[in-house]
Amino acid sequence: MDFALSDEQLMIQESAAGFLAAASDSAAVRAAMASPQGFDAQLWRQIAEELCWPGLMIPEQYGGVGLGFVEQAILLEQMGQHLLCSPFFASACLATPALLLGDNEALRQHWLPELAAGSLTATLAWRESRDGWHAAEQPRATRNGDGWRLDGIYGAVLDGASADLLIVATRDDAGALRLFAVPANQAGIRRQALPTLDQTRRRARIELDGVAVAAEQCLHGDGSGEALLDKVLQVAAIALACEQTGAAQRTLDLTLAYIGERKQFGRTIASFQAIKHRCADLMLAIECARSASYYAACVAREALVEDGDANLAGQLAEACAIAKSQASETFMHCAEESIQLHGGVGFTWEYDPHLYFKRARASEQLLGTPSWHRERLATLILESRP
Amino acid sequence: MKIGFGTEDEAFRQEVAHWLEQHLQGEFEQLRFRGGPGDEHMFPEERKAWEREMARGGWIGLGWSRECGGRGLSISQQVIFHEEYARAGGPGRMGHIGEGLAGPTIAAFGTDEQKRRFLPGILEGREFWCQGYSEPGAGSDLAGVKTRARLEGDRWLINGQKVWTSLAHESDWCFVIARTEPGSVGHKGLSFFLVPMHQANIRVQPIKQITGTSEFNEVFFDDAETAADNIVGAPGEGWKIAMALLGFERGVSTLGQQMLFQNELDEIVRIAKANGAAADPMLRQRLARAWAGLRTLRYNSLRMLSGPQNGSLRPEAMSYKLAWSTWHVELGKLAMDVLGPQAEILDGEPYELSRLQSLFLFTRSDTIYGGSNEIQRNIIAERALGMPREPR
Ligand SMILES: Cc1cc2nc3c(=O)[nH]c(=O)nc-3n(C[C@H](O)[C@H](O)[C@H](O)COP(=O)(O)OP(=O)(O)OC[C@H]3O[C@@H](n4cnc5c(N)ncnc54)[C@H](O)[C@@H]3O)c2cc1C
Repeated sequence: MDFALSDEQLMIQESAAGFLAAASDSAAVRAAMASPQGFDAQLWRQIAEELCWPGLMIPEQYGGVGLGFVEQAILLEQMGQHLLCSPFFASACLATPALLLGDNEALRQHWLPELAAGSLTATLAWRESRDGWHAAEQPRATRNGDGWRLDGIYGAVLDGASADLLIVATRDDAGALRLFAVPANQAGIRRQALPTLDQTRRRARIELDGVAVAAEQCLHGDGSGEALLDKVLQVAAIALACEQTGAAQRTLDLTLAYIGERKQFGRTIASFQAIKHRCADLMLAIECARSASYYAACVAREALVEDGDANLAGQLAEACAIAKSQASETFMHCAEESIQLHGGVGFTWEYDPHLYFKRARASEQLLGTPSWHRERLATLILESRP
Repeated sequence: MKIGFGTEDEAFRQEVAHWLEQHLQGEFEQLRFRGGPGDEHMFPEERKAWEREMARGGWIGLGWSRECGGRGLSISQQVIFHEEYARAGGPGRMGHIGEGLAGPTIAAFGTDEQKRRFLPGILEGREFWCQGYSEPGAGSDLAGVKTRARLEGDRWLINGQKVWTSLAHESDWCFVIARTEPGSVGHKGLSFFLVPMHQANIRVQPIKQITGTSEFNEVFFDDAETAADNIVGAPGEGWKIAMALLGFERGVSTLGQQMLFQNELDEIVRIAKANGAAADPMLRQRLARAWAGLRTLRYNSLRMLSGPQNGSLRPEAMSYKLAWSTWHVELGKLAMDVLGPQAEILDGEPYELSRLQSLFLFTRSDTIYGGSNEIQRNIIAERALGMPREPR
């Protein structure tokens, strides 16, 4: 047992922090927000080719770096700190785990090398329920000769307009969930970018209108789609929790820097005990979110690899619920406090707190709201345990 | 970063569990799950005998260095011990102030002679300690200590009053902060003494607590004596030592404490399932929140105990007291809300509390002793976040 970053992991953390501080500063984030596709394509190439982040946890046999989910979590924490606008989350935290956790080896061999290289990006399309998980109803998959025909609408797919590959969640005639890998340019797919409250992460409406797919494009064997989607969303929720933790930390840091300078009543705002105590509470919440999200990342690592520790992998649902609910509430609370403690400038477009506040709101809703995760945890505690 | 235990550690876990199973028997059977917070006044003699039993099994001083007579076990193994101890319902430790506070302080700052004199008594479960810091005029602001000590011949004479001294009535020794420089103020001129409790010049007066029971006391020193050698560090170094000691309070025992918390939460969950509270959506949210909070305390501790152990307090360590006390006080309220109307009825006359009623009341102290939550927030803001210090 050693719940601390190894030397190698610390190096990954430091180099990511250094890189992103320059490459994703406030001006860069704002430029990406204003760009048509929502991220800087040149920066993405650099991230893919020089830093190899998209392939970080993809096994070497598929052209990846072959590190684990914990290393990915370290990157995500830094990306959250710097509000990096990029296809990383959709591609490496949703679509890639779907391929890795499914059991279609041919699809893995076909897609993972390009995803690892970052020359392609992918996303996962699923219809969200009110509470941010997957809705009972998904687009339809109807038998079509040896293959399938897909019809239906996804309301708000992450990076849905820019992704090259779509992993789509559907329901077949028997009511079973099926996930297919579909190139985004396939006939019958209509995509429309949507304006979003949080401009640092893009969404698109995607319509499937008689999209014909082969049976081989399905990610999994019969009957295992539901469990697969649930697991993928759990892994992604853990990834998001790591990102939220980093972002929460940054809102506190921004706030501390500001209130350490700003003077009223002849002293810095930071010297008032009422303010100090609020900041102490924020730090505590962030440390708790960090512990919970790193623990969950360790669990997700075991769930993602074939020879993972079964006992730890079995904690996935619990660890996910704990991490995502705490990281969501922590980030939201830190972002709110950041605006409040900045005073009037916190309400301007020019200062950064609003960027984090908007990301916090979007992330809290995405992949399960805190109360949804807690209800799931309650079921585990109250109904599943003897 | 690795969160599982190795096979060697699991073997150690078996060994601990087996020993506890074998020894929490016979005369000690009645001590299972007893003597914890709110129940500390129960079975004092039996629990002292249990300490000696533990000592014979080699279970005291697990984290102490070998030079000091400890076992020098790895952090993982200490964690495992505390987890298994709580899981087995091991009784509240009478020796924890000696093992966790007095011992490490003497080991770090004491002379060789002091180590020889005092450490074996702790390791063998023979001598019990209490902590004489707080006074009527010195609570959060410990530098307000007024108790005085003066050297006369071969002994120190101590005069003054301590208050809130836990288990003073069951203790053989007390470590006392007293002023040795007449006229000094604040943290200057304080010294750290080891004082025998069994003497006529010390009077211990129990204080009745919110629970109706008495675990802490007023302690009056009226020319109380201790040998000239029983000062730790030099005169005037008392503040430094007192503060270092508080650092020892956050250690591996936090994980054992969490296993006690888990026992409490399990009981609340059991009741919720039985009495229908488990169907209430609001209570479900709070039960899940409690569960997540406790798991997170554990993750925090694992982080705190991993990585370089260079004695520096990392942020997660500095926030630990605030984290667990806040969690625990909420658990007390949740317990009452899960019990519903039943929460009101005592187990018996005159004021016999059930375990959960006791939890509800006793947890109110968690946010006060050992540095109140407000003081913890000051510490976090100033030391971890580098914010301006309070005017002093
Ligand atoms: C169950 C229990 C067991 C104890 N056992 C021991 C023991 O064995 N040995 C021992 O020496 N002591 C013991 N104590 C004493 C304990 O350490 C003190 O109660 C604690 O330090 C607080 O001091 P006080 O009670 O004088 O409260 P005060 O210091 O008077 O505080 C009153 C309130 O004011 C707040 N406050 C004080 N200063 C500040 C500030 N600067 N900023 C903001 N708010 C502030 C406090 O947080 C608190 O809410 C025990 C206490 C309890 C409840």
